[in-house]
Amino acid sequence: MTTAAVKPATMAQALQRAMRDAMAEDPTVHVMGEDVGTLGGVFRVTDGLAKEFGDDRCTDTPLAEAGILGTAVGMAMYGLRPVVEMQFDAFAYPAFEQLISHVARMRNRTRGGTPLPITVRVPYGGGIGGVEHHSDSSEAYYMATPGLHVVMPATVDDAYGLLRAAIASDDPVVFLEPKRLYWSKAQWSPEAPTAVEPIGKAVVRRSGRSATLITYGPSVPVCMEAAEAAAAEGWDLEVVDLRSLVPFDDETVCASVRRTGRAVVVHESNGFGGPGGEIAARVTERCFHHLEAPVLRVAGFDIPYPPPMLERHHLPGVDRVLDAVARLQWEAES
Amino acid sequence: MTVQELPGAAAAYRPTPPPAWQPRTDPAPLLPDPEPYRVLGTEAAAGADPELLLRLYAELVRGRRYNAQATALTKQGRLAVYPSTTGQEACEVAAALALQEQDWLFPSYRDTLAAVARGLDPVQALTLLRGDWHTGYDPHEHRIAPLCTPLATQLPHAVGLAHAARLKGDDVVALAMVGDGGTSEGDFHEALNFAAVWKAPVVFLVQNNGFAISVPLAKQTAAPSLAHKAVGYGMPGRLVDGNDVAAVHEVLSDAMSRARRGGGPTLIEAITYRIEAHTNADDATRYRGDNEVETWRQHDPIQLLERELTERGLLDDDAKQAAADAAEVMAAALRERMNADPALDPMDLFAHVYAEQTTQLREQAALLRAELDAEGEAR
Ligand SMILES: Cc1ncc(C[n+]2csc(CCOP(=O)(O)OP(=O)(O)O)c2C)c(N)n1
Repeated sequence: MTTAAVKPATMAQALQRAMRDAMAEDPTVHVMGEDVGTLGGVFRVTDGLAKEFGDDRCTDTPLAEAGILGTAVGMAMYGLRPVVEMQFDAFAYPAFEQLISHVARMRNRTRGGTPLPITVRVPYGGGIGGVEHHSDSSEAYYMATPGLHVVMPATVDDAYGLLRAAIASDDPVVFLEPKRLYWSKAQWSPEAPTAVEPIGKAVVRRSGRSATLITYGPSVPVCMEAAEAAAAEGWDLEVVDLRSLVPFDDETVCASVRRTGRAVVVHESNGFGGPGGEIAARVTERCFHHLEAPVLRVAGFDIPYPPPMLERHHLPGVDRVLDAVARLQWEAES
Repeated sequence: MTVQELPGAAAAYRPTPPPAWQPRTDPAPLLPDPEPYRVLGTEAAAGADPELLLRLYAELVRGRRYNAQATALTKQGRLAVYPSTTGQEACEVAAALALQEQDWLFPSYRDTLAAVARGLDPVQALTLLRGDWHTGYDPHEHRIAPLCTPLATQLPHAVGLAHAARLKGDDVVALAMVGDGGTSEGDFHEALNFAAVWKAPVVFLVQNNGFAISVPLAKQTAAPSLAHKAVGYGMPGRLVDGNDVAAVHEVLSDAMSRARRGGGPTLIEAITYRIEAHTNADDATRYRGDNEVETWRQHDPIQLLERELTERGLLDDDAKQAAADAAEVMAAALRERMNADPALDPMDLFAHVYAEQTTQLREQAALLRAELDAEGEAR
């Protein structure tokens, strides 16, 4: 192995590198979407791909999300591996018909005869001061649809590794890119990128003994910060980064909760009908006898995503996580 | 078995039209004239009402100043984002002025200027882009639908509203605005189809400004023009020079009267150009050259009208100065009001989710109230 220079890189760069490597290795990988070519995407995540691989491999499509995903279905049926970009979370909604009625079901409908290796990249979530329709967290819609993988990186390493895995997957993957982490940096070696993790493995980002924070995507850094802050108050928190909602890694999550006996699920999409409810139910079903307190949820409010000037009141931050952690002592009090 | 092998096929085969086939109408009147319609600098200008031209002029000058001021506000961080219509003012202004009081405007996110030219308070028009709320005005008060961010989704709304008004017997026409990129969305197709089938009193105005962010028209459509798309739905398509404010106003007014008379919808493509980048967040040098922008600067909507008015002796330096001064007054007032921090109540987050508050939202509101109180005490 070459000794590669380790340099600071952003999540956006790691994602771009993942597509580039996948395209170089596999001529069936095609990137397509609005503004992904000449412009390199509005977040520059596809920067340089059209230049390097040509317009046929990295294509500026007409402005039509249903069309983009619908044609990707046909391309995948004919042996290509489309990687499509939905420009912002809420602009994927016109493509829901294709996603739910076809992308998610084709394998099942054809008894395995027609798998669809499509990766749908969606810049998602809030915290960047975007106007309406630029900050939705739509993971609950995706995870409620059997047949889709739902994946979200929280680190630069995972951005690379998980996107490689998503593109290599023979199943459709909704790949949610936390846009407020696009410019987050880490020491990263682009010459020898980290191992490609299989989709569906959670990771313990910080080990601790007194409670588990179960989280993913944009809320991972929030939980890491909360864990540091809680240490001052005597809480030794474990942070589990799910990395994928579907498949869900019951094993890692439950092993952690059985160790700590307490759990808080943290995410920024709304709590009611949100992913936290499913996660709390699973943990309760599997770890009931180990739990010292009910599994709590810290989520965004049950409101349409607010305008940028008010979003800080909506997004769950460190304080709300710490408040929930404090409530985990409920049994000792009663 | 091939067709030839079918017993008796060769002998029996005669190409005849399918039994139910009847061409509905002569498609010729639906096809757009391939020359974009122009008024300024042509003979048609003689027929234009001088008073209207002067009004359009004042609005253009104000609109240009408004665009410059809003762009400056993004640089100061007072606006989160601003999609400028510099260079496209003729379409914006003509759209607003072609409407009657009772008519409705369905703008896209770019069409703040059309809303302002229709009389909306500029600060209210900018609320979405400043980020204090999603819509800063009551749509019913001004008959302006909320500025629409997802592309083309406002078009079916316009059709529905126009249809409802007609069912009620009201004299209301809806004008729906969309960009060239937006015409690729499924909603565009569905809206035009509904409008034509229902003969809804609605007019579609496509501002073809050359680009959808970075994607040029040639990558957006293979149609001869966007106005050609009308034919397939059974409505007339019109091409107009989008920088010729008199032409846009006339074509829009004609289409609006036609809709008012029960003649059904029209699709109008105005050919114009986006002089600024897509928004302040965009880097236009990545996808277009300065030469192209320069060519379009030579076809500036204000200059086109100014030349016409000056030649006809309708505009002297004093009148020009007066228009510039009025624009400056508007800009100064806008600047001053936008420099004041908006007064926001975070509790508004819960106020308008449902007609009646749910128990869950009441609990969440109480949590936020407590947090805000604690923040206040900490300060
Ligand atoms: C459904 C949807 N997809 C993507 C976007 C992101 N987006 C915002 S503006 C834009 C380009 C629009 O181009 P056009 O329709 O030509 O209008 P213009 O901005 O030129 O006025 C895109 C892709 C969006 N707002 N809505």
